[in-house]
Formats: sequence, structure tokens, C-alpha cells
Amino acid sequence: MTDTPVPRHIPDRLDKPFSSAIFSWEALLVAVAVAIFAVNSFASPYFLDAWSLSDLTFNFTEKALIALAMALLIISGEIDLSVAAIIALASTMMGMAVQAGAGTPVLVVIGILVGLGCGAFNGLLVTRLGLPSIVVTIGTMSLFRGVAFIVLGDQAYKGYPSSFAFFGQGYVWWVVSFELTLFLVAAVIYWFLLHRTSFGRRVFAIGNNPVAAQFSGVRVGRIKFILFCLTGLMAGIASVLITSRLGSTRPSIAQGYELEVITMVVLGGVSILGGAGSIVGVVLAAFIMGLVTFGLGLLNVPGIVMSIFIGLLLIIVIALPIVWRRVRRERFT
Amino acid sequence: MKALLRYREVWLLAAIVVLIGLISMRFPGFANPGNLRQVFNDTSILMILALGQMVVILTRSIDLSMASNLCFTGMVVAMLNAAHPAIPIPLLIVIALLVGLVLGAINGLLVWRLNIPSIVVTLGTLTIYRGATFVISGGAWVNADQMSPDFIGLQRAAFLGIPVLSWIAILVIALFFLLMTRTALGRSIYAIGVNPTASVYAGIDVGRTKFIVFCISGMIGGLCGYLWISRYVIASVEVANGYELNIIAACVIGGISIAGGIGSVGGAVLGALFLGIISNALPVINISPFWQMAISGSAIILAVVLNARGERRQGRIILRKAEAA
Repeated sequence: MTDTPVPRHIPDRLDKPFSSAIFSWEALLVAVAVAIFAVNSFASPYFLDAWSLSDLTFNFTEKALIALAMALLIISGEIDLSVAAIIALASTMMGMAVQAGAGTPVLVVIGILVGLGCGAFNGLLVTRLGLPSIVVTIGTMSLFRGVAFIVLGDQAYKGYPSSFAFFGQGYVWWVVSFELTLFLVAAVIYWFLLHRTSFGRRVFAIGNNPVAAQFSGVRVGRIKFILFCLTGLMAGIASVLITSRLGSTRPSIAQGYELEVITMVVLGGVSILGGAGSIVGVVLAAFIMGLVTFGLGLLNVPGIVMSIFIGLLLIIVIALPIVWRRVRRERFT
Repeated sequence: MKALLRYREVWLLAAIVVLIGLISMRFPGFANPGNLRQVFNDTSILMILALGQMVVILTRSIDLSMASNLCFTGMVVAMLNAAHPAIPIPLLIVIALLVGLVLGAINGLLVWRLNIPSIVVTLGTLTIYRGATFVISGGAWVNADQMSPDFIGLQRAAFLGIPVLSWIAILVIALFFLLMTRTALGRSIYAIGVNPTASVYAGIDVGRTKFIVFCISGMIGGLCGYLWISRYVIASVEVANGYELNIIAACVIGGISIAGGIGSVGGAVLGALFLGIISNALPVINISPFWQMAISGSAIILAVVLNARGERRQGRIILRKAEAA
């Protein structure tokens, strides 16, 4: 009844002691990144060079762009395995547009819109029909890439306009590439969205308990739909970048990227079960994966052997805190 | 009749019959017994793999590493055969089963002991096992001329007019049928999928059972490693790359719920057959094989839409989470 405002401060989060910040996931990732960086600079004389480090970023920025949106999606308890197939389909559509004589601005718009459309299709199937996203996106993964195969077969699209090459090959300033700039800007936007807006709080709420979130007035279906659209959108942007970087389109483009993107997200500390994670962690994980693959590449380690390191890194980084907690508990009891 | 229609396997079987009918309209020879036997044989490996994946999915887990396991084990037996052609093939098959078992047990231990979600574990081992294949082979291939005639010939030998490969598939199907319907382990696997919490109260060791299903899927991956290599007579790092999703697709089309607890041996077999028929039929009815991917993708989406309708009626939740007690 009383309209007097209650002078009460509800903190956004509880104060954390400094020790917990040291042992946080992000701190662990920073330590891993620094260690890999140090090992790399000792192992190869070519590593500590501005252009080398700039090349390094091309390894992961495209995947990392998708990982930003995928992180939100996984936090909300869903997953999208079709992102690599979306890249293929969007790239194919851009190739068709080139054939029809489209210019660079039209190509970019087509790439992004196709990505958005594919994401919306996934989102509709998951939210409207209440289907499990892992199965839906395995299906659409075959469907999207399948359409690319139907259109292209064993052919390839080439002949992209030279102005189109800027997105994947251009530099904004000195060694700072357009891809890296775009990724950093996107990272800030996603960080703000997830950690500083009510939308972000709702995403966490949905991931922790979708039923409770629904009863609290969160439009679970709509938010999940938006997240699928965002993931598709980022895949569309990644498609523009990768097509521009390679200058050609084959239906097998970006094969296997979906698993690398998810590895990045999980390595970044996002719980695969939903409800927890941070953008800072994902960005750090992206840099770590770039450092590992590039460092090993300088040492002439074949790509397939690098994947062992990525796989081991994934399992070890996940297992380490669990083992650590268990050891500590046993010591104190 | 009405009771029969309740089973989704019956619907799937009907869909397959209709599919064969449609194909026969374009290509009359497709439905003759000789050709269907061929289709069955072509699909044998996928059927066996789908059964291995099924037991994992039934417990609400997933094994993404099966195709990499297949690739690694296949390389091991191919290199053994190339280096020591004197090793009898049955012994090689036992080795394949054991290698697969070890790889599966690694997955299982990580899931059981460290409680890491299976999708994360097997995402990691998916790349590790395939990378390990490169390490042991040094990137080299094992070609047909390096393999012994027995190694290649065993699965092609006919017994009662049917190739040994098909017999192996039939044997595996029978074993899985017995496992799922006649053993306590089979019941536990279903119970864990339907309600893990209630399973704990019923005295089922959920972690250990998950470990066992990963051992099973690992052994199946190993067995198929030998079968795949001896069928396509080439062992390389690229073998079955991305095939893990085909295996899961076969399970989904076969009506196995990714949420666990729902699914049957018949469903997995029919799901695999459905995909096998499509890939066999496209060339003979003059559709470019490039259509196959989009068609199986559409089939998966359709199947999951139809399955979801059947899964709507849910049982009462009697017990809440285990921690509550």
C-alpha cells in the first residue's frame, strides 16, 4: 500500500573473495594461454612476430564468431550442430548470386540473410514443435549441406569480385585484420548482452530451470528462437568471411567446424548442460585454440595431430577442476 | 490390428515397404530378393553400429567417437595384417573387439568416474582417436594389395547363399535382442533412460551401467573397424570421417529417443535399413547421389517430428531428484 521506495540495495551478485577469483575458470584459461604462448615462443623463432601473430588470428576468428552466439544457445540448454552446414549453404547462395552478377554489398546481405533464415528454421522446429535441438540440428545439418551439394555437386563457385576479398583478407590497421576487429567488437556486444542485460539474465534462467523461468514470466520459446536466429546470423557472417578469405565455394566448405565451435564453447567454461558460462571464457578459449593450432603448425605438426591436442585439452581442462575438487575434499575429510 | 499400429516399428516398416514400392515403379528390379539381400549386406555395418549407439542413447548419453574408434581399430588390424599376414582372421577380430573395448572403456571411465557429460567426453575422444590413427600409421594408407586374401575374403564368403557380413549382422542383431529383452542389464539400460533417479532407488548402479554401455559401443566400433576396412579394402585416416552422425541419424529415424529410455533393436535396424535403401536406390533411379544428404536430412527431421507425437504422453513423476532424499 505504501508508495515509499524501500531503500534496500540488492546486489547483482554476491561479493566473491579474492581467492575464488584466482581459482576461477577464466584464471585457469589465462594460465593455460600464457603457458602455451611461452612454450610457443621458445619452440619456434618465428612465433614472436607481429605478422605471425596476426596470421594466428585467422585460424579461429570465423569459428569464434559463431562460438559467441553458440555460448548463449548452450547456456539456454539448447545446441546447434548445423552451423557449419549453414556456412556451406550461405556460401553456395552467395556463389549463385555472383554467377547472376551480384556486387559485393548484395553478396554480404545474401550471406547474412541465408544464415539468419537457417537459424530461424532451426528455431521454429525446436520452439514451435518442441523438438530436441540436438536431433533437429543433426537433421538440418544434413539438409543445409545437402542442398549445397545438390546445387554444386563436385563443382565450385569462383570469380568473387575483388572488393569482396576485403572481409576475409583485409586489414583495418597495420596487422589488425578486419576479421579480428569484427570478432572483438562482436565479443564486446555479446558480453554486454549476456552479462549486462535482462535478456542475458533470462538466458541463464532458462538454462537453469526452463519451467521455473516460464512460470516467472520469461518467454522461453521466444528467447530460444532469438538465440537460434543469432547463431544462424553469426554463421552467416562467418560464411561471408570464410568465402571472402578462400575466394571460392565448395559444398564441403567448413566441414567439421560445428564440433570445433562447440569445443571452443565448452573449453570456455560454458556448461554443456546449460545455465552457466561467460563470454570472457569463450574468448579466452578461442585464443587458446588459435595459439595451440598455430604454434604446432609452426613446428610442422600436421593438422590431424593438433586435433589430438585440442581433444586432450578439452577433456583435461574439464576434468582438472573435478579431480582437484575431489582431492581437496578427501584431504579435508 | 490396432494394437499393432501402436508400435512405431510397424509404421517404419510400412514406410520402408512404401519406399521400396516407389523405387520399384521407377526401377522394377529393385524389389527382387537378390537385390534386397544386397541392400541388407550393404547396410550391415550401419545396422551394427546403430545398435551399439542405441544402448548408449537409451541411457541418455551419446557416443560421438564411434566412427573414430572404427577408424583407429580398422587401422590397427589392417597394419597387423599387413605386417603379419599369418595371424588368423578370427584372432584379428578378437583383437579388434579388444581395441574397441579399450577405447570405449576410456569414454566410459570418464563419464562414470569424473561425471563429465558424455557429449563432451566423446567430442574430445572423437578427435583424439582419429588423431591417434594418424600417429600410428604416420599418415600412410594400407592398400588392398597389402592385405591378405583371407582378411578381405572372409566377409565376402557365402554361407547358405548369404555373405558372412550379413550373418555377422544377423548374429549381432540377435545378441542385442536378447540383451535388451531378456537380461537384467537390458532392463537397467531402459530404466536409466526413463528415470535415472528412480533407477538409483531400484538399486541400479547408474554410473557402472553407463560404463558398460560405452564398453559395448566401443566393442561394436572395433568390430566394425575390421568389417569396414575389409569391405572397402583401404585403411586411412579419412575412413568413416563424419560417419558418427549417420549412425545417430539411423537411430533417430529408428525412433530411438535422444532423451533416453525409448527405442528398440527393431527400430535401430529399420532406421539403418531406411538410410541404406535410400543410398542404394538413388543411383538406380537416376537421381544424382548428391541428393542423398538432403534426403536423409529431411528424413531425420520428419522422423523426429513424428516421434515427438508419440512421446507426448509422459508417465507420472513419482520421485524427484536423488539429492532430495
